[in-house]
Amino acid sequence: MFENVGEIVLLFWRTLLALPQAWRQRQKVFEQFFEIGNASLLMVCVLSFFIGAVIALQTGPILVERSLASAVGGVVGIAIAKELAPVMMAILIAGRIGSAMAAEIGSMRVYQEIDALRTMNINPIHYLVLPRVLAIALALPLLVIFSILVGWFGGAVVADVNQHMEIPFLAFFSDLKNIVELKDVGNGVFKSFCFAIILGVVSCHQGLTTIGGPRGIGRSVTKAVVNSIVLIVIFDYILTRFLLK
Amino acid sequence: MNGANNQISGVSLVVRGLHKSFGGQKVLNGIDLDVRPGEIFVIMGPSGSGKSVLLKHLIGLEEPDAGEILINGESISTPEIAAKYRMALVFQSGALLNSLTVGENVGLYLTEHRLKTPAEIEKIVAEKLDDVGLKDAVNKMPSELSGGMKKRVAIARALVIEPQMILYDEPTSELDPLSSVVIGNEILELKRRIHVTSLVVSHDRDLAFGVADRIAVIADGKILTVGTPDAVKNFPDPRVHDFLHADFARPK
Repeated sequence: MFENVGEIVLLFWRTLLALPQAWRQRQKVFEQFFEIGNASLLMVCVLSFFIGAVIALQTGPILVERSLASAVGGVVGIAIAKELAPVMMAILIAGRIGSAMAAEIGSMRVYQEIDALRTMNINPIHYLVLPRVLAIALALPLLVIFSILVGWFGGAVVADVNQHMEIPFLAFFSDLKNIVELKDVGNGVFKSFCFAIILGVVSCHQGLTTIGGPRGIGRSVTKAVVNSIVLIVIFDYILTRFLLK
Repeated sequence: MNGANNQISGVSLVVRGLHKSFGGQKVLNGIDLDVRPGEIFVIMGPSGSGKSVLLKHLIGLEEPDAGEILINGESISTPEIAAKYRMALVFQSGALLNSLTVGENVGLYLTEHRLKTPAEIEKIVAEKLDDVGLKDAVNKMPSELSGGMKKRVAIARALVIEPQMILYDEPTSELDPLSSVVIGNEILELKRRIHVTSLVVSHDRDLAFGVADRIAVIADGKILTVGTPDAVKNFPDPRVHDFLHADFARPK
């Protein structure tokens, strides 16, 4: 994986240089954007609800036992906004959308469609990579905002109904408000924007470098997802360290 | 340049000393070619002889290790010169974009480069599809087409560029004899109508002798002979003779 880092950075740079083309490609950006939303919204909802629920379940009783019931909302709120929503959603989208991008571009590469584009003087970065990276960079932060809200809701529901906590629904949110600042949410959303670019560029790169037939496409899909997740987790640490300053 | 009055005229092609290796294996071993404007030039050779790699060099999908390619006497090693000439490659598989309709595929060049309005593009697409006898297929997806239809759509897509040279990579492979003749006639028709230079890479003997003005036989990355179909047929080199006259061992 790391031998390709240079190529991935180069593709990222070329995509940045292609940004002035973004308006021309807006139609494709919107198509991709809606596809991402359509494909993931329900999953984001279910996943986020249960992540919020399980964090409340894991932390709540321990805090309540130590008379720290008012901290439960804050702990769940911070954990979800700053860490769990951005990372889990990035991983979900890597599996759901990154894989599809690598498969689609990979099969275009294998079946010479990308060569055909090049013979028509159509730059595959403008035509294929830019719209996908832009769409995911727009969609993932929005999904993360949604995920944070649903996650908090999941946490609040569990804190309310669980017999070891019994923190009223609204009290959970007012505790949350006391601790979680808008900055914390912004923090998580910013991270998700970075993760989106990582997984978009990595998946497109993997697609563009696919060789061989159907087996090559399969290999590319696996590599796109695994490499995206590894890089996302590494960058999660680096970004968190940087944002904590 | 030569495209006055919308009348496309073919360009000449000269290849000198073209070498290419992949991972130590020599694929092109000093190719020399002269293709005249407006002629149908067929390059024949067994599979793996370097034919398709040669085509990819001509259209700029591969960079040569050594040697040069001249179009109308100008080297196409710089992008500016390469962009000056309109060349199209009809891929062996057609290489249509599977996510687009036939019409969108044919109009892709014009749409992406914003060369015409959508209404004009629609008109041109209909015209070019009509040229290859597929005007009803405009809204179909490539997956709904047969192999021969895909190749004809690919030719229509090439025509939209108004090419001065069309390169065909195995245009009749995997086609039944009737479809092969349709494609061959299409190549002849384009020569007659728009005087485009056609370079056909094929191992189909019927196609080669049916359409070629001149034929080159390539083996092991080298040109063995170039000449008119009759001259090539009678060329004494056993490799050329065996390739052109290979037959089944059925008792006569």
